[in-house]
Amino acid sequence: MATDKYYIPEHGSPWPVVASVGLFTTAFGAAEFIHQSFNPDSYPGAWGKFVFMAGLAILLVTVTLWWRDTIRESVGGLHNRVLGGSYRQGMMWFIFSEVMFFGAFFGALFYTRWLIVPWLGGAGNNAMTHELLWPNFQSMWPLVMTPDGRATQAMEAWGLPALNTAVLLTSSVTLTIGHHALIEGKRGRLIFFQFLTVLLGISFLSLQAVEYHHAYTEMGLTLHAGIYGSLFFMLTGFHGAHVTIGTIFLIITLTRVIRGHFSADNCFAWEASAWYWHFVDVVWLFLFVCVYWL
Amino acid sequence: MTTATATHDAHHDHHHAPSGLKRWLFSTNHKDIGTMYLWFSFAMFMTGGFMAMVIRAELLEPGMQFVDPEFFNQMTTVHGLVMVFGAVMPAFVGLANWMIPLMVGAPDMALPRMNNWSFWILPFAFTLLIGSVLMSAFAPGHPAAPDFGWTFYAPLSTTYGPDSTDLFVFSVHMMGISSIMGAINVIVTVLNLRAPGMTLMKMPLFVWTWLITAFLLIAVMPVLAGAVTMVLMDRHFGTSFFDAAGGGDPVLFQHVFWFFGHPEVYIMILPSFGIVSAILPTFSRKPLFGYASMVYATASIALLSFVVWAHHMFTVGLPLAGTLFFMYMTMLISVPTGVKVFNWVATMWRGSLTFELPMKWAIAFVVLFTCGGLSGLMLAITPVDFQYHDTYFVVAHFHYVLVTGAIFSIFAAAYYWLPKWSGVMPSKLLGELHFWSSLISANLLFFPMHFVGLAGMPRRYADYALQFADYNFWISIGGFWFGLSQLLFVAVAVRCAMKKGEKAPANPWGAADGLEWEVPSPAPFHTHETPPLIK
Repeated sequence: MATDKYYIPEHGSPWPVVASVGLFTTAFGAAEFIHQSFNPDSYPGAWGKFVFMAGLAILLVTVTLWWRDTIRESVGGLHNRVLGGSYRQGMMWFIFSEVMFFGAFFGALFYTRWLIVPWLGGAGNNAMTHELLWPNFQSMWPLVMTPDGRATQAMEAWGLPALNTAVLLTSSVTLTIGHHALIEGKRGRLIFFQFLTVLLGISFLSLQAVEYHHAYTEMGLTLHAGIYGSLFFMLTGFHGAHVTIGTIFLIITLTRVIRGHFSADNCFAWEASAWYWHFVDVVWLFLFVCVYWL
Repeated sequence: MTTATATHDAHHDHHHAPSGLKRWLFSTNHKDIGTMYLWFSFAMFMTGGFMAMVIRAELLEPGMQFVDPEFFNQMTTVHGLVMVFGAVMPAFVGLANWMIPLMVGAPDMALPRMNNWSFWILPFAFTLLIGSVLMSAFAPGHPAAPDFGWTFYAPLSTTYGPDSTDLFVFSVHMMGISSIMGAINVIVTVLNLRAPGMTLMKMPLFVWTWLITAFLLIAVMPVLAGAVTMVLMDRHFGTSFFDAAGGGDPVLFQHVFWFFGHPEVYIMILPSFGIVSAILPTFSRKPLFGYASMVYATASIALLSFVVWAHHMFTVGLPLAGTLFFMYMTMLISVPTGVKVFNWVATMWRGSLTFELPMKWAIAFVVLFTCGGLSGLMLAITPVDFQYHDTYFVVAHFHYVLVTGAIFSIFAAAYYWLPKWSGVMPSKLLGELHFWSSLISANLLFFPMHFVGLAGMPRRYADYALQFADYNFWISIGGFWFGLSQLLFVAVAVRCAMKKGEKAPANPWGAADGLEWEVPSPAPFHTHETPPLIK
């Protein structure tokens, strides 16, 4: 490693405060976008959308430049093993926070399946709840008929979702082959398998788009279809968003592999993208079992 | 412990602190970022305090005086949010920023740029939140600010939430991002940047308690993000999370919220335990009675905090088995908490006590936090909670643990470490006035709330029945007195910032132990650039 000194940007960095402006612009724009879209009588105008998009653009540019700085520092030999440790630990805790975010929605799923729906159907000491609120309501899961009578269909696990499971599992295998190639210094092999991983990621997202289209147009399974649709789309949707981020992350590290930025003992960004990918893979397995299958 | 002072004096300081606005906007220095956190937190403390004054003014006498009930609700809501997310949490992060690298012998926080991002998100997040209050108060016809209580229960925040709820949702997202990044920085600094020889069980307890706090933050802030996301989706995108007609349940909101909310309570008190465990030994001239037991007690409290959340929900109609489980788990927390309180008392027992300002605040903390802990134990008992739920007894309880607990410990920390931060001793006269004035007024403010609560006065109402009038008058007097007393601290802090006062030596308290006292006062811009020696 190039240096013993722990790297601290000597003259500061403008990106954190600019990124905060970006977040603020995004948040404020999103709120006004929502108000102007859903309540145009009280909120005339259509500028919220543009403020929102401007905020996203600021964030995108900032993240790019921030990463450019750290990549330059890394390539310039300013990082050392201790800093690499900080980055790795930081990434692990970030992934843990993501696990907890999904945990909130999985918790809502289990609470709904095991308690709310049976209770609305009269389970436990809730006979009167059932009788007084919606006496015709049938407790079942997936909930294809809401208490107030909205009907939908359940998503079948052993069609497209099973195929997507195979796609995502395969992508984890190809990425691991790439990881071994990175450790052994076989760059051509790494590029090939990482490229394959990215392709599989894009395939997954395309298939999910097909699935969503099918759900919305043919099955009546939408965000408005009661708690089953709510949980289905929020869980798979946030997962899909994470696959998108993971794919972009892999594309970025792939370009850096091609430029020869990584070696077996200096490859934090690559490892972070790989960890992130395995994380979205594991989340999917839970989704497949808990949302689609059982 | 080390010879860092000598090496610092010899070491010619080739890093000058950058100057001008850029120093603060672009900072990557843990001390500057810590300072910004602390000033921001104090500004929010005064803002939230002003809202409390509005509440107390309205409640000075029965009947409606100054504000309409809608605005009163906005005040209780935003007062809570500002104090929790704007005052207490950033104050602790500021203390962590300043002290943890100094205490573990690290050159800075592990991820300095991200550190600055964590801070700078906060002013923007609170602009969103407080902006909606200002608009509501001063722009006629503008929709109300958030008015559903800081706990934003569905359906108050979904079906009945004002339009500003969306701004609130996004500002909470931003605060969450800030907290998570701040917590990651603390954990990584502690686990990765300790000087050689600084083993885990040699770390000061402030570092230990913050390590555990950071874990709690990373574990539960994402759950809060999930809760506000579900609120946003239910409001605008047709989902049914909290709507029974679609198969959801408003009680689901309370589960998700309090799964965050209860660990959050400990996020706001564990660092206090660390502060008090640093100060009591210094002014008792004795080591802490039981270091290891403090570490284990802190970890136990943190773990238990994940399995007690439904004690906030005893009255919503939980199944009996669930109620019993949460009641017993909650009562179990008093065991490690008792370990702590006895530890502090045993530390002082037969010590050579002196009562400098930090010690005064720390002792007040031990006594009054215990008082808040005991009322917590009362609230943990389910059938009793049925009586106390949503009364002023609850308000008394959590203000004892948060004001005379968390806030008092933050003042203790400020008086303890201000010499290190500023290089001058805080004014004794102003400090004494601030302490005694705060101590007496806080008890006048919060103690009678127990009585009106037990007598049945509900919280979050703009008016009350006549029999509560006398107590409420005195509570309000205590409130204004406490609020005004904090202006004394403004004077103390500004004098220190302007370097007015007696010059502080490296270790002004004499018996204080720890690496932070080995560096000069004020601490140089960069410290521990080469790791200190730890014996």
